[in-house]
Amino acid sequence: MQAITVSNVGKAYKQYPTRWSRLAEWILPGKKYRHELKWVMRDISFTIGSGESVGIVGINGAGKSTLLKMITGTTHPTTGSISVHGRVSALLELGMGFHQDFTGRQNAFMAGQLLGQTAEEMTRLMPMIEEFSEIGDYLDQPVRVYSSGMQMRLAFSIATAQRPDVLIIDEALSVGDAYFQHKSFDRIRDFRSQGTTILLVSHDKTAIQSICDRALLLDAGRLAMEGDPESVMDYYNAMLAERENHTVRQKSGADGRLQTISGSGEALIESVTLVNDKDEQIEILNVGQPVKLKITVKAVSDLPELVLGYVIKDRFGQSVFGTNTHYLNQTVQDVAPGTVISFGFHFPANMGAGTYSIAVALHASHSHIAKNYEWRDLALVFNVINVDKSHFVGTAWIPPTLEIS
Amino acid sequence: MNMVAAVWAYRGFVTGSVKREFQSKYKNSALGAAWTVLNPLAMIVVYTLIFSQVMRAKLPGIDSAFAYSIYLCAGILTWGLFAEITGRAQNIFLENANLIKKLSFPRLCLPVSMVVSAVLNFSIVFALFTVFLVLSGNFPGWSYIALFPLLALQVIFAVGIGISVGVLNVFFRDVGQFFTLFLQFWFWLTPIVYPAAILPERFKYLMSLNPMARLIHAYQGILVNGQWPDWMALWPVAALSLLACFSGFALFRKHANDMVDEL
Repeated sequence: MQAITVSNVGKAYKQYPTRWSRLAEWILPGKKYRHELKWVMRDISFTIGSGESVGIVGINGAGKSTLLKMITGTTHPTTGSISVHGRVSALLELGMGFHQDFTGRQNAFMAGQLLGQTAEEMTRLMPMIEEFSEIGDYLDQPVRVYSSGMQMRLAFSIATAQRPDVLIIDEALSVGDAYFQHKSFDRIRDFRSQGTTILLVSHDKTAIQSICDRALLLDAGRLAMEGDPESVMDYYNAMLAERENHTVRQKSGADGRLQTISGSGEALIESVTLVNDKDEQIEILNVGQPVKLKITVKAVSDLPELVLGYVIKDRFGQSVFGTNTHYLNQTVQDVAPGTVISFGFHFPANMGAGTYSIAVALHASHSHIAKNYEWRDLALVFNVINVDKSHFVGTAWIPPTLEIS
Repeated sequence: MNMVAAVWAYRGFVTGSVKREFQSKYKNSALGAAWTVLNPLAMIVVYTLIFSQVMRAKLPGIDSAFAYSIYLCAGILTWGLFAEITGRAQNIFLENANLIKKLSFPRLCLPVSMVVSAVLNFSIVFALFTVFLVLSGNFPGWSYIALFPLLALQVIFAVGIGISVGVLNVFFRDVGQFFTLFLQFWFWLTPIVYPAAILPERFKYLMSLNPMARLIHAYQGILVNGQWPDWMALWPVAALSLLACFSGFALFRKHANDMVDEL
């Protein structure tokens, strides 16, 4: 069962050369078109199965919101077709249509009616909205005295009062305090486990990776990539760094994972290895073992500044720890072409048992966005096992000493 | 038919927004709902007491103190309904651009709730006016019933024009400006404030081309003289109303999708 089917969808806006040309097109006889079509989206096709969670990423203007609006039915595609099965709830514009002079409760009724619910249904759902939003007595105060966080809480509670078949979320969750964000994420996860199809647009890597099974990357109105969230996010990050017409390529690593390599090539990463205190290369580490990350770099052209950074990620692609030579106050300056530099980062592997990867980047200033020489995801994969420590869970090794009194 | 079903599914929203409109008008006022009655009451008082008792305006040929007041109310109140529907319909999509652009719901709910609240407003005023007729001994009798089909016809006519102007106004903003002016001329070119009898003979033919003049003439006939309307004169109005409604909805259907992109 497909929850959402998008086939060959394109969206164009009509542009008229002068303000009279539309009038001419409307009233003059003949089927002559006097407008030009400005295409903002072309040839988008994908399907989302029932119960699947899919993330959509892309830079501003890539067409994410237009796509969501077409899926919710607010605007219509110029070409192609979209079909959606089941009840859709969209968290696109939380608090849209709230009337400032009315109380939260009255607004909840009206917002529910705008979503097509009857007054009886809303009466039934009201206690749940009241409970989830946790705004207390404010529910019977006019919305104009609410803080923006409270409005958002109420709006989220209304939109998710009933479990929808398809839930569409457009960066709405960036509002609200940490507590409510957790709470709303829990609700979304809960819906997901009950079979709701989720479509999430976000720039937040953590959100995409923790909720989605799959991700779509939109670029300039086209579907640039489709795949598992981690590879898509890596590609997206590389693309952000590559806005100046460099190439991004991906190759399959030994374990079948996609490795994304990008950059201008002005400096190259020669090798990345992890060694123990005897300088032997290792792939399996004990919790807390002292190790050294050895990275060799070769400059290809004349570089005024060279910063090397790395990030250790867990198996979900979440960053565990990352730093670079700029933050460590050891930026290498004025590198001549052909120079080979060896870096050694010493650290204890204070990580929980599991598989980790290391992404490495070479760039000019403190971040890879400005000028990226080479950026390599999954440069190295290693395992941490717990050999001699007491049992613990999590990705960090933070050993406590225990006192009981 | 689909459009009707979609609006029916959103009836909660329609009744909700009608209620909201009434509440928001008098929100934060101490008298609250009383104003819904006080405002039209003041209007009726001005038209009836002031014109009959203070200015002593008389309708030629009828020797009743209230004749001109009733004549005036018969035209002005019903014209008010027509003007409210068409005038608000012309901006209905522009004013709700935010909702239309961001939420997915049957767009027709907006004009439907507007018409419902306009009719409600009118009912309040007209009920007060009816009370005045009864109290002053000028109730027209059975012919009063004839008002309802006439009003229905007028609402259909207003909706047809309103929807067309509303859709056109999204694409050509001049339409709204023009229509506001046009409505003013239309008001004065319809015998509402003045009796049709004072018009020169050659204008009388032109007047018969004005559908609102025919409708308002019928209202005046009922309320002032207790006359049943001349149904034959109203057939062309009915045909025109249906045509206006049909073309308005056709225009809406054709351009509803483009409208979202234009707003």
